[in-house]
Amino acid sequence: MMRRSPFLPLICIAGFVFLYAPIVSLVVFSFNESKLVTVWGGFSTKWYGALFRDPQILGAAWVSLQVAAIAATVAVILGTLAAYVLMRFGRFRSRALLTGMVTAPLVMPEVITGLSLLLLFVAMEQIFGWPAGRGMTTIIIAHTTFAMAYVAVVVQSRLTGMDQSVEEAAMDLGARPVRVFFDITLPIISPALVAGWLLAFTLSLDDLVVASFVTGPGASTLPMVIFSKVRMGVSPDINALATIIIAIVGLGVGLAMWVMVRGRNRDKAVQRTE
Amino acid sequence: MTSQVAATLQKPWLDQAENPFVRIHRVTKKFGDFIAVHDVSIDIYKGELFCLLGGSGCGKSTLLRMLAGFEEPSGGRIEIDGQDMAGFAPYDRPTNMMFQSYALFPHMSVERNVAYGLLREGVSRAEARDRTAEMLKMVQLERFAGRKPHQLSGGQRQRVALARSLVKRPKLLLLDEPLGALDKKLREETQFELIRIQESLGVTFIIVTHDQEEAMTLASRIGVMNDGEIVQVGEPVEIYEYPKSRFVADFVGSVNILEGRVTEDEANFIRLGCPDIGAEIHVGHGFSCTLNQTLWYAIRPEKIRLTRERPEGRHNNAKGVVEEVAYLGNLSIYRVRLDSGRVIRATKANLSRHEDGAITWDDPVWVSWDDTAGVVLSA
Repeated sequence: MMRRSPFLPLICIAGFVFLYAPIVSLVVFSFNESKLVTVWGGFSTKWYGALFRDPQILGAAWVSLQVAAIAATVAVILGTLAAYVLMRFGRFRSRALLTGMVTAPLVMPEVITGLSLLLLFVAMEQIFGWPAGRGMTTIIIAHTTFAMAYVAVVVQSRLTGMDQSVEEAAMDLGARPVRVFFDITLPIISPALVAGWLLAFTLSLDDLVVASFVTGPGASTLPMVIFSKVRMGVSPDINALATIIIAIVGLGVGLAMWVMVRGRNRDKAVQRTE
Repeated sequence: MTSQVAATLQKPWLDQAENPFVRIHRVTKKFGDFIAVHDVSIDIYKGELFCLLGGSGCGKSTLLRMLAGFEEPSGGRIEIDGQDMAGFAPYDRPTNMMFQSYALFPHMSVERNVAYGLLREGVSRAEARDRTAEMLKMVQLERFAGRKPHQLSGGQRQRVALARSLVKRPKLLLLDEPLGALDKKLREETQFELIRIQESLGVTFIIVTHDQEEAMTLASRIGVMNDGEIVQVGEPVEIYEYPKSRFVADFVGSVNILEGRVTEDEANFIRLGCPDIGAEIHVGHGFSCTLNQTLWYAIRPEKIRLTRERPEGRHNNAKGVVEEVAYLGNLSIYRVRLDSGRVIRATKANLSRHEDGAITWDDPVWVSWDDTAGVVLSA
């Protein structure tokens, strides 16, 4: 084994401190007794209590959860279909272009995504009268569009790793293509679907920019409420809220990773013994 | 006379009146500009165990996939049991396939894997359970019915795949390199098991393999493929002892191929002048050829004698030095460099455990063979 430089762990630690110090300080100060955000006044959970008595925050949290759940579910369905078509329909014209286009929203600046969707919704309202006004529906549609790209990428990588002769075997045994998809393909790629859903859910929960563009009166998501509150000065209950969000997002991402890695390891175990 | 009838019964391809069960007629498959299978015609009869033998990329797997319905031929016809298969999807064909990777459903137990095809056919759950159990018993996996594929060994998985492909009682079973992933010992056992199952069920098997030993052991007939074409179809003995071309002679088993020119062409013998060995080859039968025509003489290593003394006669022998000896246990392989520089392979069965004065490295020796030992090839 190569000798490691003693600086390597040092640099590593410095990097992680840089990444996580702000978050850790936020979590620590969420348990601060004092009303002043930057002065430690002893341990307390009172800001968490205050949080759960604030109707504005509770309402926004409920909106965010609904949006995230619906957007993630629709994104999983659409993203899976897109990935399946791109992977299984063989080589067709413009396949490379379509593959690129599915993943483009991953790198698209959020401001542009938000603005373009806003323009689309306004135009649609003028032409078809739907969606009438902006609110939760438009946020859900907007979140579905970018979350779908993430789902498609996750599902695509799972389909690539899957032995296609398994699908052929089912067909050979008398199953029609639709049956094969539901009996064989779907269960095999299900870890990717779960991971994709969790990823989409947390992305939607996080989003501020796109939601700000496409929302209307009466539908404020949690990040929007936090942002507007912070502009009037940081209050300790925001720290508490942020801590909860970090916990939820962390849990979601962690779970998504775990599901994916477990699925991959099981595949490897099968291949190893073959 | 009766024995001849019996022979025809066992070898339906010799009977002109017999209808083939699978008729592959002038089938071609192109992928873009690439021709994977070119103008292949084979008739396969009921109850046969037919092997498609060839190197990788020779088109044998493509041909099998066309029989299963995963690929449509670009030209030609495939008939199974008298019915044209054009336009039939895999799920509508009377065939089942055993895949090279086994392609077991990883999320289903062994029992559900095997029962899957029956349930798609509309068989009742009770019947499916009985037939699955019966099938698992045949492949000796009753105790593993509840396991998932990843909890099985390679050999067990292979048997699950076999059970799954046989449970629907297909008219035709297609096997793609069925024994490829098994180790040598298990493979030999399984070969005989396959033959036993095939005989007891009377299903027609078509097996794709690149392993000539496997083809020789299993097959009633072998179809040798090269570059998308069938180069020879015949019984294992025919393929081995009477190859029609240098490719077949070389692909199946090992062989010495000597190039020569016809120096004498008589009704009951021919002679080939062969600068490779610095002598003439005397062939003990007639061959339709012309004087000075270039022909090849293929002779198997086990049909070559090695002696210290000069053999009698002027033909079919040459002098050389043993360059290398490989001891394989049951036999030894000798590489003899002739005075002409040409290397000849010869094998010798190790009949006794220790032989005094056995031929070994650097010994001067004579190689010789009978005038019926080799095959004359014009291609």
